Amino acid sequence: MAAAQKNVSKGPVAQALSSRWAKPAVFALGLLPLGWMVWLGLSGGLGAEPVAEAVRQSGLWALRLLLVALAVTPLRILTGLAGLARFRRMIGLFAFFYALLHVSVYVGVDQFFDWAAVWKDIVKRPYITVGMGAFVILTALAATSTNGMVRRLGGRRWKALHKAVFVAGAAGCVHYVMLVKGWQYPPFVYAAILLGLVALRYAKSPAAGRLSPSYRT
Amino acid sequence: MLIKVRSASQASESEVTPRGLFLSRRSIMAGGAAALALGGTGVLSGPALAAPFQAPLTVSPKDPKMDAQTPMKSATSYNNFYEFGTDKTDPSENAGTLRTRPWEIAVDGDVGKPTTFGIEDLLAFPLEERVYRLRCVEGWSMVIPWVGFPLAELLKRVDPTGNAKYVAFQTLADRSQMPGLKYPVLQWPYVEGLRMDEAMHPLTLLAVGMYGETLPNQNGAPVRLVVPWKYGFKSIKSIVRITLTQDQPPTSWNRSQPREYGFYSNVNPEVDHPRWSQATERRVGEFSRRKTLPFNGYGEEVASLYAGMDLRKNY
Repeated sequence: MAAAQKNVSKGPVAQALSSRWAKPAVFALGLLPLGWMVWLGLSGGLGAEPVAEAVRQSGLWALRLLLVALAVTPLRILTGLAGLARFRRMIGLFAFFYALLHVSVYVGVDQFFDWAAVWKDIVKRPYITVGMGAFVILTALAATSTNGMVRRLGGRRWKALHKAVFVAGAAGCVHYVMLVKGWQYPPFVYAAILLGLVALRYAKSPAAGRLSPSYRT
Repeated sequence: MLIKVRSASQASESEVTPRGLFLSRRSIMAGGAAALALGGTGVLSGPALAAPFQAPLTVSPKDPKMDAQTPMKSATSYNNFYEFGTDKTDPSENAGTLRTRPWEIAVDGDVGKPTTFGIEDLLAFPLEERVYRLRCVEGWSMVIPWVGFPLAELLKRVDPTGNAKYVAFQTLADRSQMPGLKYPVLQWPYVEGLRMDEAMHPLTLLAVGMYGETLPNQNGAPVRLVVPWKYGFKSIKSIVRITLTQDQPPTSWNRSQPREYGFYSNVNPEVDHPRWSQATERRVGEFSRRKTLPFNGYGEEVASLYAGMDLRKNY
């Protein structure tokens, strides 16, 4: 409550961000794509090939939310809204959740737990190799996302490990670029957004030196 | 009763009853309602559809349980027709702008009688129904009852010369009708090609309809190719030009990604697409994947076309 009162002077946005309803609200937003997919699935809205569409939608949402998570820090620096930082972990975990859904539908439904076929895909198909790489990274980051793990690893090591989120983001974009047929622009939009977010950090961080506090969770 | 020798992929007579005939039988029972519905389906009038099959090779899946027809709604809402967008639902949403009347196909090149066929001329060919499996290079498949006639019948009319070794096909490319042409997904217009013997094969169909009705725009109206033993992209849609040539013509996907898409592109579970396996496919509407068959199950009819060829090299 004290924190909330301190923020009163900072304007309505900052106030809203520090409200105790803010986190539940972001959590509910994070579940919206899942709800939408379930609704489509039940109403036949996933179309003639629901399995392929579920794989596609969950993958797209994983990538989108990963980009949103990566946008939190630049946005915080640009707007000066320190309150944004506390949503970063949750958004990152939602990105992992949709990546997990993506991989689960591919392994469990599309391939129907044909592990031999899945393994062959991973070693033989570069776009799946790259995508699985991204998933392994996101799994490691999700597993070390708790406060306890930050303490156990130590801030410096934890921070170094979690820089891998950029590798996961890049791998996610490459995965998307590689899987489409012909010259299609949407995957490049995602890649351009990622590059823009990285560039923003590099433009801001050396001079301002404000990146590091954000890694305290 | 005509006695036919059935090849492996042929159906029993009852399985291949054309919709027109089926409906006209029904109309006897159901009064005029069914006949009225048929009258409303457009260009393909009852008599044309109810005409007896001309070609002895009327091919339908041998096992109707294994190869049940894909619901029409799926076949008309899950399409690859990049001239109208790259999402599967784009063609059904955007192809309304395609004007299919008037329509002409110019047939030229190494032929004795270059001819321009109007759509009315094409509809005057004896039409038949063929239930074919369609295997997309992306790993999904459908079973579609096409209405059309063998491409060979058209080619015979133009007198191919001795120089004609290949047949090149071209899709309409009109930006005012095809919003997808804004994007350089492929080099437009879309082009495809067949070897002369493939083009003359009785399985190779020029389709003007499906499910007993006029071809929907998103499926390549008003006239498209159907080559059931090759990946779907070989079955070029909305054809405006057919040219017989001495040299192997360029094909759109081969030009875009030569390592991934060959000229032949016969369905082959042994030869993977470089980015994904071709060993299995999912029949649209089914849950589990099934094994993909060599030549999409039409090996008995077409494998001899490729005798002595290395199909790994000529993918």
